[in-house]
Amino acid sequence: MLALSVNGHSYELEAPVGRTLAEALRNDLGLTGTKIACAEGHCGACTVQLDGVPVLSCITLVHTVGEREVTTIEGLREHALVEAFVEADATQCGFCTPGQIVSASALLAANAQPSRDEVRHAMSGNLCRCGTYPKIERAIAAVAARGEGD
Amino acid sequence: MARLIKTEKEVEGRYTEQWVVVEEDALEQWPEGPLETVGRPAARVDGLARARGEARYTQDIKLPGMLHAAVLRSPYARALVKHIDLKPALGARGVRAAIGPGDLDVLTEEPNYEGEAVAAVAAETAGQARAALSAIAVEWEKLEPLLDVAEALRRESFLNDPKRYERGDVERGLAEADAVVEAEYRTQSVLHNALETHQTTCEWEGDTVVVYTSTQWLWGVRDEVAAAFDLPKDKVRVICRFMGGGFGAKGSAGDYTMIAAELARRTGRPVHCRLDRREENVNSGNRNPTIQKLRVGARADGTLTAISGEYVCLLGWDGWLPPTSGPAQMLYACDNVRTVDYGVRLNSPPMDAFRAPGFVEGTFGLECVLDELAAKLDLDPLELRRRNHADHDPLDERPFSGKELMECYSRAEPHWERRHEVHARSQGPWKHGVGLATQLWYGGGGPPSYAWVRLSGDGTATVLTAMQDIGTGTRTAMAQIAAEELGLPVERVTVELGDTAHGPYAAVSGGSSTTPSMGPAVRAAAGDVARQVREIAAQRFDVEERVLSLAGGKVVSADGGSWPLEEITGLLEDGQILGQGARGPNPAGMRVMTYGIQVAEVAVDVETGEVVVDRIYAVHDIGRVINPLGAESQIEGGIIQAIGHTLSEQRLLDPQTGKVLTRTLDSYKLPTIADVPEIVSELVDKPDAHLTNLGSKGLGEPPIVPTAAAIANAIRDATGADVRSLPITREEVLNALREAEQRQRAEEQVGAATA
Repeated sequence: MLALSVNGHSYELEAPVGRTLAEALRNDLGLTGTKIACAEGHCGACTVQLDGVPVLSCITLVHTVGEREVTTIEGLREHALVEAFVEADATQCGFCTPGQIVSASALLAANAQPSRDEVRHAMSGNLCRCGTYPKIERAIAAVAARGEGD
Repeated sequence: MARLIKTEKEVEGRYTEQWVVVEEDALEQWPEGPLETVGRPAARVDGLARARGEARYTQDIKLPGMLHAAVLRSPYARALVKHIDLKPALGARGVRAAIGPGDLDVLTEEPNYEGEAVAAVAAETAGQARAALSAIAVEWEKLEPLLDVAEALRRESFLNDPKRYERGDVERGLAEADAVVEAEYRTQSVLHNALETHQTTCEWEGDTVVVYTSTQWLWGVRDEVAAAFDLPKDKVRVICRFMGGGFGAKGSAGDYTMIAAELARRTGRPVHCRLDRREENVNSGNRNPTIQKLRVGARADGTLTAISGEYVCLLGWDGWLPPTSGPAQMLYACDNVRTVDYGVRLNSPPMDAFRAPGFVEGTFGLECVLDELAAKLDLDPLELRRRNHADHDPLDERPFSGKELMECYSRAEPHWERRHEVHARSQGPWKHGVGLATQLWYGGGGPPSYAWVRLSGDGTATVLTAMQDIGTGTRTAMAQIAAEELGLPVERVTVELGDTAHGPYAAVSGGSSTTPSMGPAVRAAAGDVARQVREIAAQRFDVEERVLSLAGGKVVSADGGSWPLEEITGLLEDGQILGQGARGPNPAGMRVMTYGIQVAEVAVDVETGEVVVDRIYAVHDIGRVINPLGAESQIEGGIIQAIGHTLSEQRLLDPQTGKVLTRTLDSYKLPTIADVPEIVSELVDKPDAHLTNLGSKGLGEPPIVPTAAAIANAIRDATGADVRSLPITREEVLNALREAEQRQRAEEQVGAATA
């Protein structure tokens, strides 16, 4: 049995060796907000936070998480970024959006007033094929300007 | 009364004639300009579901007892399966079924490109399914693949007959020209890479198969699956409520759907078949490479006298011939035009539609060569385009239904004028320049497309139609259209889409056709409901129906007085008012197109060849704009994708083996947020007076069409180098710079000799 703390809830699960955190979240815990788009750490769609630090859950083995707190999009549903993404039209197909919001919330928690370059640097690991990038910048800037980053 | 007529239907430049039933009581177009809801920015009605991670995509559908499929794909570009034994796979852990050549049409024993499906298994877990593939014993005979273009042309290995077009006399036109430019342009293969890979889950319910799939066309998948499994069409139910991107590659069922359906049939359990990212990069379609030999001539005043284009399109093993010569034929008023398109068949993965297929490639060549011509004639590139504006369709003299290209040119003028200050920014090795390019594309949509609207006692409305929202925001646009017609705030309208069992037939989301096809049907259905509400209100309140209208959630009388909508609908308690609407035909004898122009500002490091795009200005004419916020996103998204194929994206194929080398998202270079320039966009937003009850055209594709040419022209403006090949890598820039230098030196020598 493996113990996992996700979004403030404790879970116990049976997980074979080699199970990724993304698979555990989606398949074992039913938290399908975390998306798998490449499964090899190249696109950022599966981004979750471990103790507030963004990681790629598709290349993180669930057995390495330990006692660190996992935060997924399901734990960020009330975050100001969610509403800001909708207002700014920062979702098109939306498949990358949960990962974008998880990355952006980690950025704002660490740096409440990021410069444009800092936003671009922090977000450049999250690919969006629809091209919502200008709107993502706008959404993050709006939340930062309102001081709602945490 | 329903009227049966024959009409012309167009999808991505492919025209067919078809019968369509139209209604007599067509609605008048709304007045120009922003209305109550239509024409005003609206946040996406499904934005929260997507942003909160609640939207269920095909990948998130988990059915009880669901098995997972894996596909054995040919590792060779051309081979024969001499022998295949599925038994060891059937005995592998967790495996419940295995199928091979002969079991299903999409499984072949003569693969003709890398990645063609040969066999498949279904197992309890995805890992077990993948592991079982290696247990399948295959004896391959490797065959020599055809990969060389010159050899393919010699053998006339064509997928279709060459497509020839001619008007006037090109040789005479060239002879009459004061300047002629002849050049070869090349474009590369580009991969769609939607973030949700191609995938389907199938489940049989008695004699019906339920197909959950990531698709741009529910009804196309329905028809294909019905044909493959010999089922009546409505025994196939196709569902896609949230879709993770397509860009053209998800217009048909695909091998994965057929494999899932067959394995589900054999096992009696739901089966999920999902391409992984590497399969996606090999096997899910691509924008085909082109080689374009162009000759254009013009008189000293800029009047085009001849356009000649030979387009070699490297389609791969399968696919269709996109309209690469379309821009050369249709963009400018030129009396003498000759084109030929060759669809070359090679042992490489098949092309598929990719956002404005053909026109992206053809516009790159044409709009670049036009700037070369402008330079030779010492004419302003914008002025050259104005002088050759086509007032009617050059193909057959038809009038355009609506064309605001000259307005686009006018609006672009101040952005084009910025080039003087942009040039002044050049410093050291960094040279700054500005380029522009015109956009032409289809996007008129068409019938058949239907919608239903129901209005409930509480005064809320639901639009039902089995269309799809592939991420372009069509769900929101339909909500706005219904809200406008019903005089309701958009919050009181729900749109139910994405299920062939829950609504009528709807158009493909391709060819920029969803909004122009579905919008008029939704408006007609809402109009049907509004008419019934007025009739009921007239009886209830004893007023004349003709003085009643719906606005602000009320029924309003021109004679004064108004009643909340709920007062009328509430009379019916659980009763509902039901409306239906159909898309009418496109205007007979007219050409329906979209237009625009983009202006790019770039910086080029002439020492390293690095190109930085600083700014793109875009103005497009798509008729009436439904949602300016969503439209802006479409423009930005199209431009960003275009920056990818202009500067970084390229599928690389091993020339010996035909294997795709760029299989991952670190080897295939998509644009990131850090690659995005300033993007300034606007839309003319003038309803096309002849087109439907909306006057709206599509915007999915237009913005991606001219960007590459605008950037290449800006590079020429900055450096004098003619970049003629996509992607414009540093190597390409440095080569073009060297050629420009040599050319200049040669000209100087000639100059010195004559002096």
